[in-house]
Amino acid sequence: MLKDLLTPETANVFVGKLGDMLEKAIGKPLGYAINWGRIWSLWPVHIETACCSVEFGAASSPRYDVERFGIIEAFGSLRQCDLIVVQGTITRKMAPRLRLVYDQMPEPKYVIAMGACAITGGLYFDSYNVLPGIDGILPVDVYVPGCPPRPETLIQGCLLLQEKIKRMKARTIV
Amino acid sequence: MSSDSAKPTTDSKPEEKPTTDSKPEEKPTTDSKPVVKKPEEKKVELPAFEKSISDKIVEKFGDKVEVAFVKKDRVGINVSRENVHDVAEFIRDGLNYDHVESVSGVDYPQDNEIAVVYHIGSYSDPSLARQLLVLSTRAQREENPIPGSDATRLPTLRDIFYSVEFHEREIFEMFGVYFEGHPDNRRLLLPEDWADIPPLRKDFAIKGR
Amino acid sequence: MTTELPTDIKSTSSEIQIDKPSSKWLPPGLALQKVDEKIMTLNVGPQHPGSGHMRLIVQIDGDYIVACDPDPGYVHRGEEKMAEYRNYITNIPHLERPVIHDSCNILYPYVLGVEELLGIEVPERAKYVRVIAAELNRCIYIMYWLAIYGIFLGHSTMFMWPTGDRELLIDLMEKMTGARVTHSHFIPGGVRNDLPANFEEVCLRQVNYFEKRIKEYAAVFYDNPILIARTQDTGVLSRQDAIRLGVTGSVLRASGIDYDVRKKEPYDVYDELDIQSIVMTEGDAYARSKIPWLDMMDSCNIIRQALQKMPKSGSVRVKLKPNPKGKGFDTVYKRVESGRGSLGCYIVSDGKPEPYRLKLSVPSFRNLIALPYLLKGEKLGNMPSVYWSLNYWPVEADR
Repeated sequence: MLKDLLTPETANVFVGKLGDMLEKAIGKPLGYAINWGRIWSLWPVHIETACCSVEFGAASSPRYDVERFGIIEAFGSLRQCDLIVVQGTITRKMAPRLRLVYDQMPEPKYVIAMGACAITGGLYFDSYNVLPGIDGILPVDVYVPGCPPRPETLIQGCLLLQEKIKRMKARTIV
Repeated sequence: MSSDSAKPTTDSKPEEKPTTDSKPEEKPTTDSKPVVKKPEEKKVELPAFEKSISDKIVEKFGDKVEVAFVKKDRVGINVSRENVHDVAEFIRDGLNYDHVESVSGVDYPQDNEIAVVYHIGSYSDPSLARQLLVLSTRAQREENPIPGSDATRLPTLRDIFYSVEFHEREIFEMFGVYFEGHPDNRRLLLPEDWADIPPLRKDFAIKGR
Repeated sequence: MTTELPTDIKSTSSEIQIDKPSSKWLPPGLALQKVDEKIMTLNVGPQHPGSGHMRLIVQIDGDYIVACDPDPGYVHRGEEKMAEYRNYITNIPHLERPVIHDSCNILYPYVLGVEELLGIEVPERAKYVRVIAAELNRCIYIMYWLAIYGIFLGHSTMFMWPTGDRELLIDLMEKMTGARVTHSHFIPGGVRNDLPANFEEVCLRQVNYFEKRIKEYAAVFYDNPILIARTQDTGVLSRQDAIRLGVTGSVLRASGIDYDVRKKEPYDVYDELDIQSIVMTEGDAYARSKIPWLDMMDSCNIIRQALQKMPKSGSVRVKLKPNPKGKGFDTVYKRVESGRGSLGCYIVSDGKPEPYRLKLSVPSFRNLIALPYLLKGEKLGNMPSVYWSLNYWPVEADR
């Protein structure tokens, strides 16, 4: 009976289900190992939203060299990323795009809100085109304050996120 | 730079006081003696070169144009919306100005008008490199704006100065001034689903203020 | 995100109908558009490795670009509206946010304009401090621009070297102003603080080393045959078209027009300094990418001259009254040469402590008009090199 069900068209569905079952079976005992793997593969989506991207770029510079922590490696495709660093102001035009990008990322995914604008609107609290913080559209894991934050602050935010993931339950696919 | 300015030749803006100080033009930046300047009641000599530019325009168009101010390196011309196209054409062909640096809209609800100010400069004529011609025109302002289909209209200058293209698109969305003859009156900076009145008008209040 | 479908989406026939509108609603600008069987529309950005904060709607026929429609505005934050609600001093911090890595230069025309409105004369030493800060900032801006240009062209060394060497100058600015990028150092009436002790020596040493470093970029970047192959004769802007389109800065000077505001309309003490404005006549992406690099060497030269000529002591700011305001109705337009080109600030004052209207005429916005023109007929692969050679910073263009 299983043979009849398993046609080439449905094969990947079965493989996916198998993956789910496996993860459920070993998720709890191997949670620590899964989290450990996630900690060292925090690759951000390359989406720049405002001026904080200057300091984000400076964090990759030879002086700060965030890649020595094994994180924040500039990466091409958002399908392989699991971190989104919201670099600054989110305007009303950008907000749907940001959500689209977030929705396309595979689980598990984490969000860092970088800069005062991404946290509360910052200097642009009374502007007509700026969202007062991104909490309304994305679930934020770590807030990195500053206008703009220094690269050290961003690095510390990433380390805090690692710390947070370590203590989380290993999230399965939702 | 320092505050060189001269008496306006005509009283276009009633509030505009004749600004006070006059200084020699050569090195305005080097003298540091007066820290805050005292007003002097001396009649000032208008800068000659700038005066000659404004004279040429006045000579050509007579009382259709109004000289708003003649300052150092800046000549201000006010034109009504019927004549702005002709004046701009003369500025390009007769005076060698060739590009627009900036187009700004200014909303005057008390006059029921929206001013559109073109700052026109020249790359090809070295004698005009310092100069900017400030061409200002006014469009009728509507109380309840429907951008694109109300009377807030101006003729476009895109066929004369190509560089106004994006600037005029910006003015259209920020003030609701429709530029007749502009090939591409689309939205530029605001979100696609913007449904409020144009945001830079004075009656648009930002939150909390 | 809204889940309701706006009514006007259904009515446009050219857009592809979406089956389940409630779950898959797309904003109008994102909906697919069918143009032609042969011509494909491609949305580049806003999420794209290296497009920055803007979208380019490119129509391609095979590998060649037929039309390009730039779609800026993703960082439009309403600076000009906000400025009408803040007084002349509290406007300073948010007005430098459009270009935080060139923050002295974007504040410069505003500060000059406010000084003219208030009728203040700036002390001599403050003028020199401003020139030094502005030139350092120009270098910082160009280094970041160069780093991103390297990333755009897949040249990782050219990201690492400029971002590393840039920190030298950021250190200097941090010493001078106390902040890494957002300095808020220029105020009407001078600069906020005097130079720290023995700043001159440190500055001279760092700038000399910096100049030595950037000369090495020629070997790895500017003489690199791959770069030359990708940028030479790409996106050529002729002299006539540069005038017609009204572009500015390095884009203009790459097309053979000698126009530098520092030289043509000198502000502060630029008329006492020897400025070379670098001009190339090719007008292609290579010339546009080389001119900022040569500009940096010129800036180092200017900094050295300014350090030499600067009065060794004296006040650096004029004390202002609280809530300064202009005298009656007045307008002023000031411009400076920033890292990207001529940057103007138009202030309309009606005698209140707040400006009646403030307009930033930014070079990025002015150069954007050349992009559709330059990309027409180019290969899609050349798009990044043409786009970033325009010296374009999207946040500034959107304001």
